[in-house]
Amino acid sequence: MFAPQLLGFVSPSINWWALLPQMILLGAALLILLLSSLAPRRSSTTFATVTTLSAAITAYFVSIGLWYDVEREGASSSIASAFGVDGFSIFFTMLILIALAITALLSHHYLDREGIDPPEFHALLLCSAAGAIVMAAANDLVVMFLGLEALSIAIYVMIAMHSRRSEARESAVKYFVLGAFSSAFLLYGIALTYGATGSTNLVHVREYLDAVVFRDQHMLMAAMGLLLVGLSFKVAAAPFHFWAPDVYQGAPSPVTGWMASIAKAAGFAALLRIFFAAFASHDSDWSPVVAVLAFVTLVVGAVMAILQTDVKRMLAFSSISHAGYVLVAVQSASNDGTAAALFYLFTYTLMVLGTFAVVGAMGSDDDHPLTRYAGLGRSKPLIALSLTALLLAQAGVPTTSGFIAKFQVISAAVSNQSYFLAGAAMVTAVIGAFMYLRIIMTMYVVDDDESGPSPVWHWTTSTVVLGTVIFTMVLGLVPQFLIEFAEQAVPILIRG
Amino acid sequence: MSELLRSYLTVGIFGVAAIAMAGAMLTIARILRPQRPTRQKLIAYESGVDPVGGDWAQSQIRYYVFAVLFVLFDVEAVFIFPWATRLEVYGLFGLVEMAIFIFILVLGLFYAWRKGVLRWV
Repeated sequence: MFAPQLLGFVSPSINWWALLPQMILLGAALLILLLSSLAPRRSSTTFATVTTLSAAITAYFVSIGLWYDVEREGASSSIASAFGVDGFSIFFTMLILIALAITALLSHHYLDREGIDPPEFHALLLCSAAGAIVMAAANDLVVMFLGLEALSIAIYVMIAMHSRRSEARESAVKYFVLGAFSSAFLLYGIALTYGATGSTNLVHVREYLDAVVFRDQHMLMAAMGLLLVGLSFKVAAAPFHFWAPDVYQGAPSPVTGWMASIAKAAGFAALLRIFFAAFASHDSDWSPVVAVLAFVTLVVGAVMAILQTDVKRMLAFSSISHAGYVLVAVQSASNDGTAAALFYLFTYTLMVLGTFAVVGAMGSDDDHPLTRYAGLGRSKPLIALSLTALLLAQAGVPTTSGFIAKFQVISAAVSNQSYFLAGAAMVTAVIGAFMYLRIIMTMYVVDDDESGPSPVWHWTTSTVVLGTVIFTMVLGLVPQFLIEFAEQAVPILIRG
Repeated sequence: MSELLRSYLTVGIFGVAAIAMAGAMLTIARILRPQRPTRQKLIAYESGVDPVGGDWAQSQIRYYVFAVLFVLFDVEAVFIFPWATRLEVYGLFGLVEMAIFIFILVLGLFYAWRKGVLRWV
């Protein structure tokens, strides 16, 4: 027996600069809570929104600096290789910060209208964003799990904050129970990865799998399967998507946008880092499984969307089919495929946030029947035009960013010789377009026979919608800069 | 029998011995004790006092606040105890880290206090 010889404590080297973005976000969350509890009255929405926005913008500038650092000095990792500082993590940091700023703007008017406490909402939103960044940057499965939980727990509460509506409480409970369930799958996968490779650190996992030939791979296969199931729940890939329509429908619209964009993007970040980067040497094992998931997700997302009558449920199925396209890119297990997935996630995030901005402004969240959008083309031509642009982009019509994204995904599948999947992606894009066109037709062709509540329009919402529409259109015409950005952001596992 | 299973054999024997011991004591007691059943012996035992009211009691929802706060400070203690035993090794770095950790938790308590959570309604 030996006594532990802990003579001196050597802390692992920490690159504080790389941790700064999420530290800024958490600091802002604490500041909002502190000042709101010091304030004698109910604190104003403007204060919370401005704080969140400034935190997002400051952190964005820090991550631009980090991007140039990585470009100059190459990727590295920090805190005993647990936290990756590479193009991938900074790409997602920037995406999350943009989405954070947009969600803060969207929630500004929404919180006032629905009487939700702004400081708590913004504090949770900031914590959730910090969790998403940790999840995208983690090089260690345990750290990744921490990030995932910080992201998810904040979202559970954000959904339930609209506590007067029973739908919101119901969807919070549904998301909580299924989220906890999927976390259990993920944790068991992490445990078996540790069992199979001797570490939870992805750098070590990668090196171990490159060097060792298994006589018996059962534990590793089970680990991959469980990790894939756990993350498929988070990104709402079929057949693990059943929670998505109910939860998206019941949640407050800004939170739905946040879930559909960032919870999904962070889930894909984890998926790419684990499977594409760490399990790279076993891609012949996981790639076919992801291909089947992608096919099922594409079909379910496109076909089920046709059967819906509620706009938020339609968009939930549309987000499921988007997850299918990203999975098509993931299954190609190549640098091109990963770059295509990143490009898709970036453009999709802005499209979906813009769409949910309009949905949130269209009135109360109790239900969103398609008929509410009838005659919008005549009463509010600018909103209708913007929503049309965003929906066409989601359908993948040329001259929008959605087309370039789908094109890249399908060409990655073709170069990987997954012709069947590429064909399926094209066919389901056509089926899916029906649903988007149905909303557009309702806005322009159907007459508004009953005068429903007119949309509540606030300048923050218009800014968001205008910004996302411009981004979507410009990117459809000059996509090159984002393509290059995504190509440089392929994950790299490196010992730090 | 493999070495692993052999080491679990001890656990098995221990379990059998425990069950046999408890069973023997209860059996001996059953044989030896006098049996004089009365009605009073059948009512639920509540520290010697006659039970009052039904068996369906509701507890106040406000107790959950104490549960949450207890968990908060319990987790804090879990981190502070091992840290305190090795404080001289961690030095100033460890001190600052723990100060930040406690500051964040105290901020949470302060928030709960200002929001009137600690008031007994």
